[in-house]
Amino acid sequence: MSNKQDRKSVAAAVEKGLARRKAKEKRFQRAGLAAVITALMMLAVLLISIVSTGMPAFTQTALKLDFHYDESLLPAGQTLNEETIRAMDFHGLVKKTLREKFPQVKKRKDKKALYKMVSNGTPYILRDMLMEDHALLGQIKSIWVLADDEVDSIFKGSKTIADSRLTEAQYGWVTQLVAEERVMTRFNWTFFQNGDSREPEQSGIRGAIMGSLFVIIVTLALSFPMGVAAAIYLEEFARPGRLNDLIEININNLAAVPSIVFGLLGLAVYINFMGMPRSAPLVAGLVLTLMTLPTIIIASRAALKSVPPSIREAALGMGASKMQMVFHHVLPLAMPGMLTGSIIGMAQALGETAPLLMIGMIAFIVDIPQGLLDPATVLPVQIYLWADVPEAAFRERTAAAIMVLLAFLVVMNLLAVWLRKKFEKRW
Amino acid sequence: MKLKIALLSAVLASTWATSSLAAARDYISIVGSSTVYPFATVVAETFGKSTSFKTPKIESTGSGGGLKLFCTGVGVEHPDITNASRRIKSSEVKKCASNGVNDIVEVKVGYDGIVMASSKEAVPMALTRKDIFLALAKKVPGPDGKLIDNPHNTWKDVNSSLPAVKIRVLGPPPTSGTRDAFAELAMEGGAKKFTDLKKLRKSKDAAEIKALMAKMDIPESAFNKKGKKVFKAVAHAIREDGAYVEAGENDNLIVQKLVANKDSVGIFGYSFLEENSDKVRGNTIDGVAPEFELIAEGKYPVSRSLYFYVKKAHIGTVPGVKEYLVEFTSEKAIGTEGYLADKGLIPMQDAERAAYQADAKSLKNFDASVLK
Repeated sequence: MSNKQDRKSVAAAVEKGLARRKAKEKRFQRAGLAAVITALMMLAVLLISIVSTGMPAFTQTALKLDFHYDESLLPAGQTLNEETIRAMDFHGLVKKTLREKFPQVKKRKDKKALYKMVSNGTPYILRDMLMEDHALLGQIKSIWVLADDEVDSIFKGSKTIADSRLTEAQYGWVTQLVAEERVMTRFNWTFFQNGDSREPEQSGIRGAIMGSLFVIIVTLALSFPMGVAAAIYLEEFARPGRLNDLIEININNLAAVPSIVFGLLGLAVYINFMGMPRSAPLVAGLVLTLMTLPTIIIASRAALKSVPPSIREAALGMGASKMQMVFHHVLPLAMPGMLTGSIIGMAQALGETAPLLMIGMIAFIVDIPQGLLDPATVLPVQIYLWADVPEAAFRERTAAAIMVLLAFLVVMNLLAVWLRKKFEKRW
Repeated sequence: MKLKIALLSAVLASTWATSSLAAARDYISIVGSSTVYPFATVVAETFGKSTSFKTPKIESTGSGGGLKLFCTGVGVEHPDITNASRRIKSSEVKKCASNGVNDIVEVKVGYDGIVMASSKEAVPMALTRKDIFLALAKKVPGPDGKLIDNPHNTWKDVNSSLPAVKIRVLGPPPTSGTRDAFAELAMEGGAKKFTDLKKLRKSKDAAEIKALMAKMDIPESAFNKKGKKVFKAVAHAIREDGAYVEAGENDNLIVQKLVANKDSVGIFGYSFLEENSDKVRGNTIDGVAPEFELIAEGKYPVSRSLYFYVKKAHIGTVPGVKEYLVEFTSEKAIGTEGYLADKGLIPMQDAERAAYQADAKSLKNFDASVLK
């Protein structure tokens, strides 16, 4: 009887507590869901603001003008060669073309405004065309040239007429060109073909992409083999002991060191002591190697640990040497995990700026780097530099460069996921 | 694996080989001020396009950092040119000389005005340097002449002719050259308007300085090196109670914040005002508006000179240094109608410009005795 009562009271107590526990669980679930939604919303706001600012940078306005490569550009008695072409006045040619196109413009001030309609890189484009094709001299050629960034902004709608610094007269000339179908908006190839420039319409990220590529190649070529070798030694060969523990603790600590410290180290060792050039992708790669090594070692060790001991024992039992066991059996099974770790390490290195500040990568570099020793900059640094220049048109280019960087990072991470899915073995 | 080992050793070998490769550099290496950077880059780009030389590499390191790198020695591993938003200091000249950098050419590029701008929708304010000092200094002279913690909350507290708007100024952090120049030109200029502070600035007599310090209730600890720096310590100290917000080195960010909050005032270089003239407007200082002509004529009180320094030993060693100098000092770059003027640089008056152009042409050695 008392037993029954007891059971009843227990059931009642449980019943009472159950509601509370369920409510608690609901609250916790709701809090978790709220956290996820908040995070997603923040990400969405960030992405939307970047994409909406950056999208206009992928199109570009061009104007069609008829340039007359007049024979008088070449002084009498001279032949066409690189030197004489360099001496020609292409600035004058552009100005003359614009004046002839708009003969109604008479005042000096208006003329100046007129010349500002086209990108100031136009004369060099005309020069390079003549360099390539000497037969152009004496001909009239219709060429699509880049519009100045102010004109460009109006066309892409990133600025309204009220915001723009275009004068009414300039706006009138643009309308005239539109009526003559001499204006078009096209995909901004320049953005992917050029290096940095101070003129927004001529600037591009090719230099930064090449710089990033060189840096990542050096980092990968150094840190992957070194990291994997270190992990294999520590995991498979090193005898456990004090020294081994010390090394392990140090590696874990190094993974948490702020990246700027590696930059200072790079400055002191590679540039000041070893005398390597500043701003070179090689130095950047070496510095980022130091930074990513711990990540790769830790990931590789985890991958090795996850290979079941039975495989090792079976190999050894069949008479394999320890090295054969590692390289024939353990390493192939651990490789996907190692690759994943390395790719994530590389993605981290790709997005890094702080250590590069110290070794002279924050620089204005127009020429596309051709090798490991040419001065170069990398994508995140290019973003940093563009975010700090006064021209408003660079704002959209900054966002566009961020989009490109994000695209690279997403691709790298997807690759890591894919590798893991494809090669991962479960025991 | 063998391939990897080979690759690894190849990279390591090339690493060690670089020290010898660094011996040849075929591009100009420029470091220095982030204020001169937007102008120097334009010159460099034009230079790279119009000549057969490579485009110079320009690092933005700040004036002090640039001069430090510049003065570390002669040789291709050191920069050829450094930009500065202030003049070289005699201590830096000495450091240069001790590292063998003796012959340098100084070139003045032009001027940059520092503006106090607010949103176009805000009520324009007619500020004086005294107002700026009273609004932003950490300590200001109180009614009895003693220095007290800045009590001013609104601009009206500072000067009754100004609007009753809360003081909120967005400006550069202490590491910035703009901040140095602002403190020197605007804050010192305002502090000088107070008799005691003016005396403190002029005085060289330790006893007099100590007496003034006691009168103004400045702690003894501020007195060092014969009291030379007491005035600067007072004038340069900016309040830390939230009225002055350090907005980082990014001037674009300040412009965006001004648009978002029309009651705030931002401090930045003239070129940003010009580029964003659709959104912000410069307040007048001492009755002078930050306009191109007024800064060029030297009427606008808060403007500074921009320079660059060339290492003479590198002319001939690194290709193009002399030609770059010619391009930068040409009339089409720094002239009144030059392309740098389009980018917001304020050119020098004709006579001064001609003098610097002549010096650059003849590669005249910088004479350190002109420095204080």
